[in-house]
Amino acid sequence: MDRVSVGIAAFLAVSAAVATAAYAQQKDAAQEGIEAYREALQDGNPAELFELSGEELWKTPAGPKKDSLEKCDLGLGPGVVKGAYAQLPRYFADTDRVQDLESRLLTCMETLQGKDPKPYVEASFTAPPKEEMIALAAYVSGQSKDDPITVKPKHPKEQAMYDLGKRMFYYQGGPYDFACATCHGQEGTRIRLQDLPYIPGQKGAAAGWGSWPAYRVSSGQMWSMQWRLNDCFRQQRFPEPVYTSDATIALSMYMAANASGETMKTPGIKR
Amino acid sequence: MKHAMKHAAFLAALLLAGPALSETKVAPSWGPGADDAAFTRMLAASFKDKGIAKIDRLTQDETQAFCSDPEAAASPAAAEKRLRIEAANLATVKWPSDGKWLGDWKEGEKIAQSGRGNTWTDKPGEPNGGNCYNCHQISPTEISYGTIGPSLLQYGALRGRDEETMKAAWAKIYNAKSANACSNMPRAGHMGILGETQIKHLMALLFDPNSPVNAQSNSAKSGPAQ
Ligand code: HEC
Ligand code: HEC
Repeated sequence: MDRVSVGIAAFLAVSAAVATAAYAQQKDAAQEGIEAYREALQDGNPAELFELSGEELWKTPAGPKKDSLEKCDLGLGPGVVKGAYAQLPRYFADTDRVQDLESRLLTCMETLQGKDPKPYVEASFTAPPKEEMIALAAYVSGQSKDDPITVKPKHPKEQAMYDLGKRMFYYQGGPYDFACATCHGQEGTRIRLQDLPYIPGQKGAAAGWGSWPAYRVSSGQMWSMQWRLNDCFRQQRFPEPVYTSDATIALSMYMAANASGETMKTPGIKR
Repeated sequence: MKHAMKHAAFLAALLLAGPALSETKVAPSWGPGADDAAFTRMLAASFKDKGIAKIDRLTQDETQAFCSDPEAAASPAAAEKRLRIEAANLATVKWPSDGKWLGDWKEGEKIAQSGRGNTWTDKPGEPNGGNCYNCHQISPTEISYGTIGPSLLQYGALRGRDEETMKAAWAKIYNAKSANACSNMPRAGHMGILGETQIKHLMALLFDPNSPVNAQSNSAKSGPAQ
């Protein structure tokens, strides 16, 4: 708690400096400043608060079955949280589906706790049911911090999901002809001053995939990967992706497999 | 009859295999042609209408479908199709109705700055922005610009203002695919994002000698440093 408030104070100080610097100097200086405040924040990422409340949600009995999520199988066996996020998405035999973290959490909430996933799927990202999902995602992702991303599609359904994700990544549509590739398909480009990771490459995929869920300083919100994707689809002028739908899981599989071998830096902190 | 069928089957196999018969894969592993049914099912199940962004936006026109496999679209084998797609897009361009190319560069700057429009959080009825600064450097005073497109700094000063140059810029803004089949730039006029008057203002931003885009840089104005 204390570390976090120190971190926030440090951030405020540095970001004020960044704001003045941006006026006085060129964009490169502003970029460096942003890097600096990200570093300053490493010890006190406000995402820690979400990890804590996520851990509590994980351990507290809830739902019609009055059970906790502690026996949830995230791919490494019931109850194993450590390192699980770095190996998602993956194929799960019990659902016969490839699942990302958030869809897997819904499965566990349904089977272990007897909760209906529907309100969780349909709620807006700022409504309480999604706040639960995001806190849980923050907690689980934190238990893979600094682990190597290990996602190597082997099961035929994992390979199929990767190919569908790649196709989705390049799929143009809508009034602006945008695809993910329009904004994330070239090295070293940006929109305004926001750097765009090159997602077909390992480094760029890791920069994107390996740092979400993340606390977004500009909005003061904790975002899960599902929320990140939702907002990119909005900018793409596409219709809204259904929460934990296959298109979002396929894209996640594409990003995670491309990033495999790099390091998980979750939960992250963003501009 | 039997022979003819065998022949047809052989032809089909040839077509699928393409020129590189030595390659092991017959169908592509991903993209158009690879399990289209699964992809279509995924699209149908994964999106829903929200606000003005309806699921019919997922239905591609020929240009979008062609450009959704960038490697194939850029390959020598696709050269003819690229030309055909550019011609079809060029045919959509509506030229200025009164023959005048340029509007007011100050209005153009506002349109270039604005990125609003066409998302599910936008309301219908309000004018759209051009999104230009998201991808281009334009006026030297705006340092927050993107780099997906080339810098347009000094555009009119460098390119000149002859009819042909104006025409090319108008066509690029109206329908960017008219000269580059898989340009990453939206087709602002063709897709109804911007109207004729707005495009004229943007043209003025690029070409008007008084537009900051064409302002002489300090070093050029004051000569060598003292
Ligand atoms: C019109 C532009 C645009 C499109 C299209 C787009 N994005 Fe993004 N994306 C952005 C921007 C801008 C950011 C950075 C946002 C920020 O800094 O807050 C971003 C950020 C991201 C990030 C996080 C990157 C990081 O380093 O933290 C991921 C992952 C991502 N996008 C994936 C996607 C995927 C997958 C798609 C397709 C569904 C997509 N984007 C479509 C503009 C776009
Ligand atoms: C999503 C990115 C994107 C947006 C938005 C965008 N452009 Fe572009 N633009 C490009 C790219 C990429 C090119 C280069 C490829 C090409 O010529 O098609 C380009 C090329 C151009 C050119 C031709 C440059 C030359 O070398 O002659 C002009 C003029 C231009 N854009 C103007 C605009 C204007 C005005 C707007 C706003 C209405 C705009 N662009 C919006 C990406 C974009």
